[in-house]
Order: sequence, then structure tokens, then C-alpha cells
Amino acid sequence: MVRVIVCVKQAIDVSQLKVDTATRKLITVDAPRKISDFDKNALEEAIRLKEKLGGEVLTLTLGPEDAKTTMREALAMGADKAYVISDPTLENSDTLATSHILAEAVKKIGQFDLILCGEASIDSFSAQVGPRLAERLNIPQVTYARKLSLEGDVLTAERSLEDAVETVKAKTPLLVTVTREINEPRIPSLMAIMKASKKEVVLWKAADLSIAKEKVGEAGSAIKVLDVLAPKVERKKIVMKGENAVEVAEKLAKALIQEGVVGR
Amino acid sequence: MNGYSGVWVYSENKDLMTEMLGKGSELAGKLQTQLSAILLGHEVKGLADELIGHGADKVYLVDNPVLRSLSTEPRLSALTSLVARHKPEIILVGSTRRGRELASRLATRLETGCVPDCTQLSLDEQRRLVTERMVYGGNATVTQVFQVKPQIVCVPLRAFEKPQFREKKGEIIEESAAQLEQPRIETVEVKPVETAAVKIEEARVVVVGGRGIEKKEDFKILEELSQTLGGQVGYTRPLAEDRKWFSGDWIGLSGHKIKPALYIGCGISGVIQHVAGIRDSQVIVAINKDAEAPIFEVADYIVVGDLYEIVPVLSSALKKLLRS
Repeated sequence: MVRVIVCVKQAIDVSQLKVDTATRKLITVDAPRKISDFDKNALEEAIRLKEKLGGEVLTLTLGPEDAKTTMREALAMGADKAYVISDPTLENSDTLATSHILAEAVKKIGQFDLILCGEASIDSFSAQVGPRLAERLNIPQVTYARKLSLEGDVLTAERSLEDAVETVKAKTPLLVTVTREINEPRIPSLMAIMKASKKEVVLWKAADLSIAKEKVGEAGSAIKVLDVLAPKVERKKIVMKGENAVEVAEKLAKALIQEGVVGR
Repeated sequence: MNGYSGVWVYSENKDLMTEMLGKGSELAGKLQTQLSAILLGHEVKGLADELIGHGADKVYLVDNPVLRSLSTEPRLSALTSLVARHKPEIILVGSTRRGRELASRLATRLETGCVPDCTQLSLDEQRRLVTERMVYGGNATVTQVFQVKPQIVCVPLRAFEKPQFREKKGEIIEESAAQLEQPRIETVEVKPVETAAVKIEEARVVVVGGRGIEKKEDFKILEELSQTLGGQVGYTRPLAEDRKWFSGDWIGLSGHKIKPALYIGCGISGVIQHVAGIRDSQVIVAINKDAEAPIFEVADYIVVGDLYEIVPVLSSALKKLLRS
């Protein structure tokens, strides 16, 4: 039997983001949101562990109240119960504050063997909440796992690092962040989607958790956002024209030599 | 926020350490404070001179056999006690996967912020650290400022220029290695991943193939072009993930981020994920059959045409011109 908590972020679907070209501002209001890709890998891995060993998969998310709807997808995939923390006073929390909120929620949920997270979220891609949460809970973490197995209370994992693949062993309870290589998340069947509507979604407000007010929201954040802008594009955009491929290629070759980026 | 001073640099990666010393030295100069390098390991004192030569005023050295491993806990406890003792205002940590994990835990232990993958660092009028990094899958750059100290940031490889080495004097301070935490994760095996002799991040010219390449064998025309220019060949994510032609990392935000002098994209449509990984190249050339390909929006030289016709003749044209 294994009890797994999966941290799930309802992230902005970055592939559908639009930019206001005049102001370079992103149009994030009403931008479609979805379960962050790597979090789905974490969820899939948790469900596979449960299918093999028995037990329970719980999802935990911090976000707007409509995250309840998004969590239905996690429940349809096979999670047993979802916890949604939503409160206006928690908005604009950075990773420092977010990890405090999640840690308090984990403490309230109670006993667990594993916490699984995606390696990072698709929108802010900071890769910090996992290790920060482990630190708050004083448990070890294995980051960037591309493979894992659990035997008794011993977890074996393969970590995918830049220059090496590292095999590690650690005892539960612990936190693991997973990469997209670890699995192919399932697409829930219609039957599973229908069954999920009967599963429980618990909604917590800030007051339901032992959260220190001064440690959350914008006031409790260590970092303030000044600006979010689409990058400036200052390229020459010169179209190479010619009668045929050879002529085009020769023009391009000369241009590159003039730029000083080829040859010595 | 008072009582914090000094700029620190730490990485388990030597190249990153050196590059960060360059940027760290600039920040320390503006803040009129000292630049220190943090050296953790066992019998590594010999490396201190190189750190000093690349700009460090001081080297804080923690020497202990347990630091031979790259495990998080001993390093985390060593860094935490160093910070508590000396209170630096800025800590630059090399943004490797190990480094990001360590920096996140350190920042939490110190109840402070951490900005990952910073590509720009500057100071505002209140001498606070202002950071820039890419977010939303490469769609935007976020500018942030720290509200508390110490200010911890992670710096990726090649974000800043490596400073010149010059012989100079510096101070080596040996710190106590007592009370280091033991690793809580057991490392069973470390298998190095085969990498190219020259890292693609370091190549002056990179020729990249995308979905317009019909067969894996056809990469030979790209290789010929890159060899002509002394460069390297890369590929996009679909060729690795969907077609499974390659097993290493692709060029793009989620793989290798490159900024060569010359980037030549062949048969690449230019999804944001890819563009975000090449945006800082000095000159961008794009070759694509589709005149509407988004990559043309970020290119300096646009060739609307069949890469199978253009690339081979471009190789011969360059060969001819470079010989003369």
C-alpha cells in the first residue's frame, strides 16, 4: 500500500498564449489553462504505483477556484481525491510563499509515502516548488527522475542530469520530481470521466490551514514582478532572391562572410 | 535588509563558476563590495588560485571528504552556515540541475527568494538585484526585483562572458567543516552521458535540421555545410521525440539553448519552443519551403526554397569563397 500526494499546477497553456504586438504584453486574462505537462507525468507515475502496490493517490493544487474543474481530469485519470487551496489572499505568491502554503496543506492531509511533482511548470518553469516543499517538510528529494520503482520503503530512481544518469536509492517519505521521459500520461476513458464526477474535491481556504499571513501572497513573497514582456525582435529579415538556387546560395554566402560570422 | 554585503559565486561546474565570476565582479564593483567564490570539496585547495585569477577577492573553502560527492545535504548545510556567518547580499549559483535543486533548498532554509535561469542581472537605484529570465515557454521575459536578502539567483551556462585569467593575489579562508549533514540519498551509480567533443553551446556555427528533413540519412547535407564552417549540427524536438532519430537533447528552450555567431535553420517552421532556444544567436539564417514559416519572423536572412536544393549549393559556394 502506498499513499502518494501529487502536486498539480493549473498552468497557462503556453502554446495558446497570444501577444499584443503593439505593447509586447501577453494576453493572459482568459488564456486557456490546463494541468501542467510534467505534473501529468507525475500523476501518471503515482497512479501506476497505486495500480501495482495498492493505496491512494491524492492531488494537491493551489490556484483559482475553477481549478476544481481542472482537477476532475486528474480524478478521471485515476486519482482518488483532490485538494484545492483557493483564496484571494494567497494570490501572487512566489515560490517561497507557495511552498509554505503547500507544506501546511501536506501537514493537514497527514501521513504519506511519496510526494510527486513535475520537474517544473510549463508557464513559469522555475523548478523550485518541489525542492522548496521538501525543505519545508524536512524530507529528502530526488529531482529530475526519469524512472522510479518502490519496494517496501525504498525508492530507486534514475535521475536525468545534464552530463550523467544517476541511479539513487532513498527511504520514504520523500519527494520526487519527474521529467517527461518517465511515462506517457493516459487519456481517461469516458467511463473513467463519469466515475470521477463522484469523487471528492476538497476546497480549502487560507483559514483552513495554519498559514502565517505575513508569509503568503504578494507581501510574503521575496520577489516582485516588475514586467512581463514578449522579447523584442530586431532582425534584418532580408529575403534572399535569385534566378536559381545557386545564385541565392552565392548571395547568402557572400552576406555571411560580410557579417564576419564564417571563416576566420 | 541591512548587514548584508558581498557577492558570492558557487557552482559544482567549473565553467559556470568562471563565467559567473565575470558577472559577479561587475556587480561587486558597482556595489563597492568584495567578490567571493565558494569552494566545496575534498583536497580542492589547489583550485582556489584559478578562482582568484578569474576575479575572486576571496575564496571560502570548506574541505571535507563528505563533499567529494555532489549530494545535496552536505553542500546545503555547508552553504547555509557560511551564509549565516558572513551574510552576503547576492549569491550566484550555477544553473545546473543539481545547482537549481540546491539553490531552491538553500533559499527556503534562508527564507528568501531565488530566481532561476537569469540571463540578465543588474542593480536598481536602491542597489537591489534586478533579474531577467524567460517564461511562458519562451513567449516572454519577466523582470523581477528582490524584496529581501540574501538575493539568490541561478545563472545558466553561457549567459555571461568568461573573464580573462590574470595573476593576482587573493585571500583563501578555510572554513570549519564541522556539522555537515550527511547525504540522505544514496548514490548507487553515475553513468556519464556521451556528449560531443565540443559542446553545441560552444560552437561558433550551428546548422539545425527540422521536420523538413525527410530521412535521418539526409542529415549528411547539413553535416557537410557545418563542416565547411567548422560548426556543429543540431536538430529540433520532433526529430528526437516523435521520429526518435536522436536520443540526446534537441535545440530549444527545453533542450540546448544556444547563441552561436551563426545559426542556420533548415526545414524548421519555428515554433516558439525552438525559437526561444536560438533567439540570442548573432545571425540567424532560415531556409524553408513555406514562405509563411514563423521562423522567418526572427531571421536575418530568409531563403524561401527547398533545403535539398539550397543547402548543398550553399556548402559549395562557401567552400569556394572561403578558399579564395
